[in-house]
Amino acid sequence: MQYKYFPQTEEDIALMLDKIGVKSLDDLYAEVPECIRFRQDYHLPEAKSEIEIRQLFNQLGSKNKRLTVFAGAGVYDHYTPSIVPNLVERSEFLTSYTPYQAEISQGTLHYIFEYQSMMSELTGMEISNASMYDGTTSTAEAVLMANAVAKKANTVLVSATVDPKILSVIRTYAHFHGVNIELIAENDGITSREDMDAKLAGGGIAGVVVQQPNYYGIVEDYSGYADACHQQKALLIMNSVAADLALLKTPGEWGADIAVGDGQSLGIPMSFGGPYVGYMCCTEKLMRKMPGRIVGKTLDQNGQRAFVLTLQAREQHIRRQKATSNICSNESLMALFVTIYMSVMGKEGVKEAAQTSYDGAHYLCEELLKTKHFSLTFDKPFFNEFCVRYDGDADKLYQTLLDNGILGGIKISDHDIMFAVTEKRTKEEIDKLVELTRL
Amino acid sequence: MNNKLYGNLIFELSHSGRRGYSLPKNRFGHHEIPVEMRRENDAELPECDEMTVVRHYTNHSENNFGVNNGFYPLGSCTMKYNPTINEEIAAMPDFQELHPLQPSDTCQGALEVYYDLQQSLAELTGMSEFTLNPCAGAHGELTGLMIIRSYHQSRHDDKRIKVIVPDSAHGTNPASAAVCGLEVVEVKSTPEGIVDVEDLKGLLDDSVAAMMMTNPNTLGLFEKEIPEIARLVHACGALMYYDGANLNPMLGECRPGDMGFDVMHVNLHKTFSTPHGGGGPGSGPVGVRKGLEEFLPSPRVIHENGKYEIDRKAKGISVGAFLGNFAVILRAYAYILSLGKENIKMVGPLATLNANYIKECLKDVYELPIQGLCKHEFVFNGLKDKSTGVTTMDVAKRLLDYGYHAPTIYFPLLFHEAMMIEPTENESKDTIDGFIDVLRKIANEALETPDVVKTAPHNTPITRVDDVLAAKHPIVTYKQMINDND
Repeated sequence: MQYKYFPQTEEDIALMLDKIGVKSLDDLYAEVPECIRFRQDYHLPEAKSEIEIRQLFNQLGSKNKRLTVFAGAGVYDHYTPSIVPNLVERSEFLTSYTPYQAEISQGTLHYIFEYQSMMSELTGMEISNASMYDGTTSTAEAVLMANAVAKKANTVLVSATVDPKILSVIRTYAHFHGVNIELIAENDGITSREDMDAKLAGGGIAGVVVQQPNYYGIVEDYSGYADACHQQKALLIMNSVAADLALLKTPGEWGADIAVGDGQSLGIPMSFGGPYVGYMCCTEKLMRKMPGRIVGKTLDQNGQRAFVLTLQAREQHIRRQKATSNICSNESLMALFVTIYMSVMGKEGVKEAAQTSYDGAHYLCEELLKTKHFSLTFDKPFFNEFCVRYDGDADKLYQTLLDNGILGGIKISDHDIMFAVTEKRTKEEIDKLVELTRL
Repeated sequence: MNNKLYGNLIFELSHSGRRGYSLPKNRFGHHEIPVEMRRENDAELPECDEMTVVRHYTNHSENNFGVNNGFYPLGSCTMKYNPTINEEIAAMPDFQELHPLQPSDTCQGALEVYYDLQQSLAELTGMSEFTLNPCAGAHGELTGLMIIRSYHQSRHDDKRIKVIVPDSAHGTNPASAAVCGLEVVEVKSTPEGIVDVEDLKGLLDDSVAAMMMTNPNTLGLFEKEIPEIARLVHACGALMYYDGANLNPMLGECRPGDMGFDVMHVNLHKTFSTPHGGGGPGSGPVGVRKGLEEFLPSPRVIHENGKYEIDRKAKGISVGAFLGNFAVILRAYAYILSLGKENIKMVGPLATLNANYIKECLKDVYELPIQGLCKHEFVFNGLKDKSTGVTTMDVAKRLLDYGYHAPTIYFPLLFHEAMMIEPTENESKDTIDGFIDVLRKIANEALETPDVVKTAPHNTPITRVDDVLAAKHPIVTYKQMINDND
């Protein structure tokens, strides 16, 4: 029977086989040794119609529970304007490949150029690449980049206030690549400047990785960090939640050499962990050391402005094992997603969303403290995520909230809970959460 | 396509004071952000009304060419049809609104999808277990090589630092090896275009960690010596890595596990029809044979006592924060279930049929350097008659004028005028015949009106671009563009 994705009829197949000069489809595999031919049936279900597919995924979906999210830890339930997924799903974007043929890929090349421009603005850095897989791998790539720039120095320092998930990926990449990773101690929720200085003074440091806001949601004071790093010829790498940079002092202003992080907070649905988009921005000086695709401006033969993949001499398809990275794709469609998000939210919208998240988080924090069951884990400035210590049974509270359809933060110890608030959370939702903690 | 009227950047459509969004009134009271925490100047993002943004991106999409626009015979990229039902499934709120750290009893449906896709891939490839965490093919390669190194390190066999890669391999193979801290050694191809077993023998010793291969290789040829290659590599204590970039023609015919591979990746965006999205997001699941499961990255999805759980064991490698590109995983699973076991086994033979048919219909006008059967793709070495100086680049650009995407060009590096054509199983004989006619017509033009081909394309939104200018004087942001005085 004909299958809907296979247009070849029996007659077509016969004509084509005849042209090729073989008798059967099986003969097309004549050179494959018989001992490794697969002659059985796959142990898989039989074909399903579209109606059955919908039924099946509806059933699977109903086994999930949609919650009112007060958890963050790198993934935030921000608002997505309606036009964003609608435009991203346009099949000319969705079903195209990497824009190698510039003449018929100006749509993709244009938006990547816009993406690079916007990410550079947001991070306060000079340039950006075309995006990477996610915030963890972009940070690990930055560590390898710092190592490559340093040539001799072979150690990268990572603050203990960096998200442990990011740290694990850094450690993995570094271990195999032969880069030594040392932790900078944490002091009451923030990076120990003394410990960093002592380790920098020891020499052999290629880079320092810090996070802003850090894993606990704290906005750290990184004054003087860049100078301290640069004096020892180390690069400062700063990982940030992209959306917070609408208001926060930027990696560029802190003097970072490389700004990295996840762009999920710019309206990308949580989707159980991905796809998101990793960003990487840096100084112009480091451009040719950067991994990933880069789009640049040029002219066509008629002198018309056009955009094109550029600086490809850094990349794997040209340089093979000498490339700056093995990365081959970017996370293009997700870069489009955040580009349209930043276009429609605009200069004011990104600030308003960030301010409302900040206000909501501070309101929740104040209300929790008023119950007298909570105290601040760290008495430090925070943005839209914070840690509190609960005087009761934190597991029980978590379950009570869950039973009421609320994802009540992330437990970071037996008594400490990390809550996040975005502009999507209403006053009623916050008040309900607080009310449930009084039970 | 209309680049002239709608070629602006969104920044050029911005007007101070315009708004494109609406947010609820702030009911939490204003909390002042301390000045020392604040950025000094606003990010200069555009200010546009909603419809301006919609028109801008709609018009830009029309300067693009996707699989839905027309034939996309881009070799090694497997540009299949991307079924819309899979998009519908991926957009379901029951999946899209899940936080990756919500407890596993509130996301059993998502974990079931993840687990079942792991199992399905294991069955389709003959491996023992899969992880779906890697975000792309190159990410999968890197993960796979990390698994191989972990295995050797667990046996304290630290001298294994070399990876053998065929000279026809994808650039990501040597690059992934280098990122993983391994040395790359190239093995030669025979004149027939497959791995030279005699050359390989000379390279094998106890410093080799792995051999990386695609099968069929980048010339579209099945590496028929694979049982012997696997035997030799295993005999020296190294592992076999399968680059799944060319898995498509093997569906229904031959499994990497049965060929003797130990570790492999699959590109869900190639073989399992998830959209390429202009260069991502992809997904690069990694499978291992029995005995190597413990080296798979964390976190893992497991099934115990009728319940799905996420195992976040602290030890072991970690290549991402969560469980990979879940929305891509959903699409691939929907694709496998739609096809079912009876149709999925037709994917390989039909893709191979299409490729061989194109090859046979054109080999009198394009130079076919290696005769015989190909699998899902094949490589021409430019025009047969090169007397007028028309290059592969020119032919590729001329194809754009006729409404086709170009093949992959100048890869693999074994031939100077390489033109790599992969039609996939989804293309009809009518489409393919049309493509063949056009390639014949271009071959004819190359002799009769070569200048038309050499200056192509003529009917696209822009003409050929100046690559040298872009690289020599890099302008990669709008700010650089407006400050540029040249």
